[in-house]
Amino acid sequence: QVVWDMLGNRQFCSYKITTKTQNFCRNEYNLTGLCNRSSCPLANSQYATIREEKGRCYLYMKAIERAPFPRRLWERVLLSKNYEKALEEIDENLIYWPRFIRHKCKQRFTKITQYLIRIRKLTLKRQRKLVPLRRKIERREKRREEKALIAAQLDNAIEKELLERLKQDTYGDIYNFPIHAFDKALQQQDAESESESDAEREDEDDEGTDKREFVEADDSDLSDFEDMDKLETSTEEEQEEEEEVETKASHSKSKGKTPLKGPARRKRAHIEIEYEEETEPASKTKAA
Amino acid sequence: AGDGSAPQASAAEDGGQPAPERVLFPPTFSVSEIKNKQRRHFMFLRWKQQQRKEKLAAKKKRRKEREALGDKAPPKAIPKTIENQRVYDETTVDPNDEEVAFDEATDEFAPYFNRQTVPKILITTSDRPRGRTVRFCEQLSTVIPNSHVYYRRGLALKRIIPQCIARDFTDLIVINEDRKIPNGLVLSHLPDGPTAHFRLSSVRLRKEIKRKGKEPTEHAPEVILNNFTTRLGHSIGRMFASLFPHDPQFIGRQVATFHNQRDYIFFRFHRYIFKSEKKVGIQELGPRFTLKLRSLQKGTFDSKFGEYEWIHKRREMDTSRRKFHL
Repeated sequence: QVVWDMLGNRQFCSYKITTKTQNFCRNEYNLTGLCNRSSCPLANSQYATIREEKGRCYLYMKAIERAPFPRRLWERVLLSKNYEKALEEIDENLIYWPRFIRHKCKQRFTKITQYLIRIRKLTLKRQRKLVPLRRKIERREKRREEKALIAAQLDNAIEKELLERLKQDTYGDIYNFPIHAFDKALQQQDAESESESDAEREDEDDEGTDKREFVEADDSDLSDFEDMDKLETSTEEEQEEEEEVETKASHSKSKGKTPLKGPARRKRAHIEIEYEEETEPASKTKAA
Repeated sequence: AGDGSAPQASAAEDGGQPAPERVLFPPTFSVSEIKNKQRRHFMFLRWKQQQRKEKLAAKKKRRKEREALGDKAPPKAIPKTIENQRVYDETTVDPNDEEVAFDEATDEFAPYFNRQTVPKILITTSDRPRGRTVRFCEQLSTVIPNSHVYYRRGLALKRIIPQCIARDFTDLIVINEDRKIPNGLVLSHLPDGPTAHFRLSSVRLRKEIKRKGKEPTEHAPEVILNNFTTRLGHSIGRMFASLFPHDPQFIGRQVATFHNQRDYIFFRFHRYIFKSEKKVGIQELGPRFTLKLRSLQKGTFDSKFGEYEWIHKRREMDTSRRKFHL
């Protein structure tokens, strides 16, 4: 009684926390959490609480006979793991105690067991592991990423790679850029045999028809020679034409790139084409 | 005291050099010895300016020499870049390495590369994904053909995996999210394959990319893998390749690129068109993101008992600026 008059509502109690609507008691032996006359462990000489340690529940009791011995003030009783049995134990320990304390003890015990069960269930489930970010490292990584991006020059790399693939003929016949495909045909057949060069010549002729016709027409316009000469010149032109085209092809060939040295692994087998280095054409004769 | 020190100094000089040079001006202290901060700063700036001037003069001289020599000038020195100076990694793959080829023929991706399996991908997220992550998942699924997005409502990964295997999925992608942005990616090859955990950064959704392209079509894209040189990089590269169908449809003219640069893997998705034989135009469509490998596990996803093939250990691996692992 006296204690409560002193501490409770008037003067300072270090365990007391006041909020707008209520007063709380921070004392670890408090039964409810509130700061009341009936639930203050300091003010009541006969008091009991339930506390749990490492998953086991204990009933703590305070008796007035032990008031002068603070070390032996709180007596502790281990409660059984079985819920109902524990309730009975509370009852038999707190027999003849005021109803309020008994009731509140049992309530508290129930709540504690419930949350212990929940803890056990949750630990079995997946638990989100929080990994702390380190600011310095994050900044460093971001900076490095930016620099790597600049160094990568992605667009150029991709374009280069695509062009390489085009050269390596992975696209087959979809894209027909004449000179290029013609190159391939040329080399393959050079490598294999000469007898097929006639067919090649035909191809060349087909490719070069435009030019040849143009050239011939020009010549015929300019020159007033006889037919013989005209024929000669035309054959010469043909040969020149072929040479010209060949040399041009070889020129572009020598400019061609060596097989790519990028990732070694390829999804499809590719033909390794050896580019032959040929001399640059001395001069490209241009008719007319 | 001054007199005493002067002959001593000269004696030291004599001892050091056979032909002693008389110091013409009073010896200056090095700039760092001045105690007054303002003056020290000033002297330092002056020194710096001098250095710069000297450097500029040296450059000019060199350039003049080069011009004077003309054709006979020595070739220009190659500037040092981080890629040039990279610490040589002993696990770099030689294109003709037999051991590597043999390994690759027998590892978990062999069935894919022998065209025995068709990739089927399952994309999912961590719990409760936010809008950005959801949209990213959708876009990813349009980029990777034959992929499905499923939401994960609290299901444990360990239980999903057997179900996936039963339904014939070949790969599982989990996108982890934090504070409403995706930040992690777990890529797991399903029938007992390796699991790679990446850190995902700078994710740009399709609407954030400045481009005027339409959506990616359903054609199977080509795959470009750049710069995966080491053994580890090789296996990661194969992992990426196994996500996409083995036969790209060239009609679609789409290409997905995984470019590795200094251990960062940049993913881009483009549509290309060959303007001529030497020129190609690319247009970016599709999301882009960067990955950084954090760990590679041998079996399927198992954080406690899995056998890790490679983990990024910051203390050991981040010590040198020129050492990269992929």
